[in-house]
Amino acid sequence: MIVVESLTKQYGEVTVVDQVSLTIPRNCITVMVGTSGSGKSTLLRMINRLVEPTSGRVLIDGRDTTLEPAHLLRRRIGYVIQGHGLFPHRTVAENIATVPRLLGWDKARMRTRVRELLELFQLDPARFTDALPHQLSGGQQQRVGIARALAAEPAVLLMDEPFGAIDPITRGKAHEELLGIQRRFGTTIVLVTHDMDEAFRLAGQVAVMSQGRILQYDKPAALLTHPADPFVSRMTGLADRAIRLLSLTTAGEAALPGTAQGPTVAATASLRDALSVLLWGGAESAVVVDAEGKLRGHLTVAAILARGRPT
Amino acid sequence: MSPALRSHGPDRLGALLSAAGVVALVFLPFVDLKANRIVPGDPRGLLQVLPGPQGLEVVGILVAVALVAILVASARLRLAAALVGLVAVAIAVAAAASSLTPPGNKVVRVAAGMGFWVLLLALTLMLTDAITRLRPGPGLRVALLALFIGVVVAALSHGAFDNLSIMREYAVNADRFGREARQHVELALGSVAGAVLVGLPLGVLCHRVPRLRSGILGTLNLIETIPSLALFGILMVPLGALAAAVPLAAAIGISGIGAAPAALALFLYALLPIVANTVTGLRRVSPAAVEAARGMGMTRWQILTRVELALALPVILTGIRIVLVQNIGLVTIAALIGGGGLGIFVFQGIGQTAIDLVLLGAIPTVALAFSAAVVLDAVVEVVSRTRA
Repeated sequence: MIVVESLTKQYGEVTVVDQVSLTIPRNCITVMVGTSGSGKSTLLRMINRLVEPTSGRVLIDGRDTTLEPAHLLRRRIGYVIQGHGLFPHRTVAENIATVPRLLGWDKARMRTRVRELLELFQLDPARFTDALPHQLSGGQQQRVGIARALAAEPAVLLMDEPFGAIDPITRGKAHEELLGIQRRFGTTIVLVTHDMDEAFRLAGQVAVMSQGRILQYDKPAALLTHPADPFVSRMTGLADRAIRLLSLTTAGEAALPGTAQGPTVAATASLRDALSVLLWGGAESAVVVDAEGKLRGHLTVAAILARGRPT
Repeated sequence: MSPALRSHGPDRLGALLSAAGVVALVFLPFVDLKANRIVPGDPRGLLQVLPGPQGLEVVGILVAVALVAILVASARLRLAAALVGLVAVAIAVAAAASSLTPPGNKVVRVAAGMGFWVLLLALTLMLTDAITRLRPGPGLRVALLALFIGVVVAALSHGAFDNLSIMREYAVNADRFGREARQHVELALGSVAGAVLVGLPLGVLCHRVPRLRSGILGTLNLIETIPSLALFGILMVPLGALAAAVPLAAAIGISGIGAAPAALALFLYALLPIVANTVTGLRRVSPAAVEAARGMGMTRWQILTRVELALALPVILTGIRIVLVQNIGLVTIAALIGGGGLGIFVFQGIGQTAIDLVLLGAIPTVALAFSAAVVLDAVVEVVSRTRA
């Protein structure tokens, strides 16, 4: 758990982060979203002390982060930046082993860990271990950047617009991968983005920031149904908020008991996708099945539409 | 037509070099025969000094080399031909020296003539052109250089060239030559090493504190504009005063003339390229890499050494290559203020109008500078390859 207590950062007369307090729960993804200049990156960088706060403090698992030297703190916290920041003169393996090397791991342990991570990110070790960053595609570089941040098994991972520089299709795959990694290792992830779609796709909870303050800190659905501020509504988008709301619930979660006539929909599909299937096929109802094809229930158009309204 | 032959007309460089070779053979003296070491020489052509089959053989070989230079495309064959040509010319000049020198005569000098030098230059250009076309890797280039030096040293120490005038000068000055050559290398390497030790931190400082940058680089720029002889002179005054005032300074060899002002001036000349290249190299390091290094918990020292300087290394090494080659040449002038080095032979030779003595100082200096350039170019290439 990360507790941020009335954190403030001023550069001369300008206040970039203004008395921000929030509690970031463990083992889930928290996204900070806002326009550029909202202070979201500065807030993130104060967690690993790349920026020292003017006042206020940060506690990680109850421990004040200023109790140890900043560079030792950072070795325990994963950090990923936009445009990956890989060391161009080091091989992929050397890049990934950066923090383990700083921590003095022995060679065999580093080699095993590098191999493990390359396989986790579906990068063939035979091909990539000794490759240099410039020989990789943008998406591969980004994956190596995340693998590097995870190398020493940090409990906390900070990500500053990590997917800003890659194309939409690769970004979609990267989102899937990040969700998978979070589920597998239970890492506490704090991610900064200006992309609301990305926030909705990844976040357990979202902090909407503007002018150095947090306007609302809530579950994604609550941002749509109960926006605290007109700015939050503008950020989330008023016109398609019903559709966005549908995209936050899976067919499995919304399924009604019993079976029905109509096309089949995967339990992991969002209600938005399920509705699209029904519209396209001109059907009134659909059958929800899980990955093994077992019946999980059914959905009707009316039941889906009911989920797209504020409650 | 064999695939080794050129398919698009004659090779222009080969034709030019061959023409130069023809002019050298027909119109220029291959050697100059001098009654003693300072009088002007009596020019002799190749076939004049080597009549009969030996001279014709050399001419035949050179004609064949010229044909290869004009007509053959294969870089390997051109390389081999150039080497054969060089060996033939070297053997010819050694044979000419031996045949023209009366047995036991230590006064008569046989010097390589203009024709020899033009042939040597043309064949060397053909050789380097062939090597460039082959694109050898850095390791192979250094190996070729070592092999070439080995062959030259072996040929010289074998005694085949002992009757040539420049080797006569060497025989007289052998002890001093070794001493001055070592002094030359020490002054060049030492001043560059000192400049690296001081220039690298100074470059890092300029990079970190932009306010200092223009002041430091401006001062070093100013030093660079002072002509070398003037700088040697300027340094004589304060160093002489220092030696007079502080006995310890005099005791460790600091004085107004000699190696101390020479080393100091060479050091000052070397500073600007090293500081400037360090600043340029550091400025080109990607800010994202530095940010990532900080974010992962490297200390400031680790970021500087493992990321910033490591990434700037090719540019810094390029600066070191420039000053090393520059200083190997400049050391020659240090002889004027008693700094020693191979320049001693150059200036003594000029004083005595003994051109052979001038060459004894100049040729090894050029060879040193050339070798330093080849070796450091190879190092820069190896280091840059992983940092594309």
